[in-house]
Amino acid sequence: MEKSLRRYAWIFVLPTLLAFTIGFIIPFLEGLYLSFCQFTTVGNATFIGIGNYIEALQDETFLHAGLFTVLVAVVSIIFINVVAFVLAMMLTQKLKGTNFFRAVFFMPNLIGGIVLGYIWQILINCVLSLTAQPLLALNATAGYWGMIILLGWQQIGYMMIIYIAGLQNVPDDLLEAARIDGATEWEILWKIKIPMVMPSITICMFLTLTNSFKLYDQNLALTDGAPNDMTQMFALNIFDTFYARAGKAWKGIGQAKAVIFSVIVVIISSFQLGYTRKREVQQ
Amino acid sequence: MKKKKGEGSILLTVILAICSVAWMYPIFMILMNSLKIESAITTAGAFQLPDSETFAGLANYANAINSQGFLASLWYSLFITVTSVIAIVICCSMCAWYISRVQTKVSNALYYLFVFSMVVPFQMVMFTLSQTADMLKLNNPYNLWVIYLGFGAGLAVFMFAGFVKSIPLEIEESAMIDGCSPLQTFFKIVLPMLKPTMVSVGILEAMWVWNDYLLPTLVLDIKKYKTIPMLIQYFRGSYGRVSMGPMMASIMLTVIPIIIVYVLGQKHIIKGVAAGAVKG
Repeated sequence: MEKSLRRYAWIFVLPTLLAFTIGFIIPFLEGLYLSFCQFTTVGNATFIGIGNYIEALQDETFLHAGLFTVLVAVVSIIFINVVAFVLAMMLTQKLKGTNFFRAVFFMPNLIGGIVLGYIWQILINCVLSLTAQPLLALNATAGYWGMIILLGWQQIGYMMIIYIAGLQNVPDDLLEAARIDGATEWEILWKIKIPMVMPSITICMFLTLTNSFKLYDQNLALTDGAPNDMTQMFALNIFDTFYARAGKAWKGIGQAKAVIFSVIVVIISSFQLGYTRKREVQQ
Repeated sequence: MKKKKGEGSILLTVILAICSVAWMYPIFMILMNSLKIESAITTAGAFQLPDSETFAGLANYANAINSQGFLASLWYSLFITVTSVIAIVICCSMCAWYISRVQTKVSNALYYLFVFSMVVPFQMVMFTLSQTADMLKLNNPYNLWVIYLGFGAGLAVFMFAGFVKSIPLEIEESAMIDGCSPLQTFFKIVLPMLKPTMVSVGILEAMWVWNDYLLPTLVLDIKKYKTIPMLIQYFRGSYGRVSMGPMMASIMLTVIPIIIVYVLGQKHIIKGVAAGAVKG
């Protein structure tokens, strides 16, 4: 079968491969090269070595954006996963209206980042002005917590669906046996349910981690970094370096930042996958 | 624990009901304010229902639709999403079947390259991609699906390949022995089995393409074409003093179609998401 299939490689693989080359491989390699260059378009690049990387790592706004990204990521990952898991536990109790609740909690996930950002910007600004506090444009603390709430609202439903699927896969007879042996519900949760849903936890951790690191739309719409780039995350910082700063050095520095950012995301996510995968039990 | 189940589950249902009302409140608030006249959309009155004095009917909606080229944007968004999803589902399922059935070093390398592309942030390629797209004349809504096929291939190939591995090889082999060409085998035997995965992939990719903001902003010629997310951002960014009424109306106009699609296809969407994640 393999042999006759091979003659058809061009039909099966070529369309995707061609688009993948245009959409990813070429831009990726070009981007990698350009991070060592000074340029304003792809055509006028001059090689300058690692200067861009040195500049990028000395750029305080970039380091601040990195710190802010980590703060958002850590808190939102915990918040989203804990709430999603608790909801999933509640919604696997065979209650009335389970389907309805599930649908409601999932719904915000379908709304795009830009629209989400503006919905919450309007809402949070109203609450802030009613309580006589500075609005989002001047209030970095509110910007931070607003971001966490927004991310929770957007992603809790999605992760909840994944946890529900995981919890439904835990065999009933296993739980029954544990109850007969006198295990408390608390013990069942920690010793059976959580180890059994470890694959779901792996996926949810991976998704929330990469989502919060790569965040752009929500950041742009909610605060656009205001006040004073205090609430700027990695992706927004890189975008601004490319398109919002005058001077021909900045595009190269932006590309170098993008490479650093990519390396960080790839390392963190593969480390995370390895870490939680090890804790999965074979069924 | 068991005995209390009756009371406990009523309590739990009530808690969940309260939570879900709170969950929907942000959308309700935008809806409520989008129906008010401009002068009534103040911070003090933001949480009040419109009354006879402040009710503006659908004026804000008419305003949003007429002044912003909303319908053109709706068409672009719809066209881009439909073409991209069709291209991704068909091309990537074929590609994934091939690279999981023909195990060579090249096909393995290709698989890992696809997986790698899922993790790399868009900022890495955004500048070079927009220039490549300009050069190849892909910078209009009618050709943009090529870029989405390329950039969406990672997730799609990954999910399809995961499912193909669980299909027993014997079915395809016997079809080939009975005289099916590889194309016939794929479209008549493999494709029907892939249907659930196609739904999952289609839903996930459609959610992504429909809501994507940065890629079309950088790739499309922004003076000529705006997708829905671009329009919302432009609405907000280009006016000194934003008129909140039409702004909220246009937010609702983007949310309402999503809600309609969701209500109609809720089961498939939730199942698709769950299935997609379990395979990942």
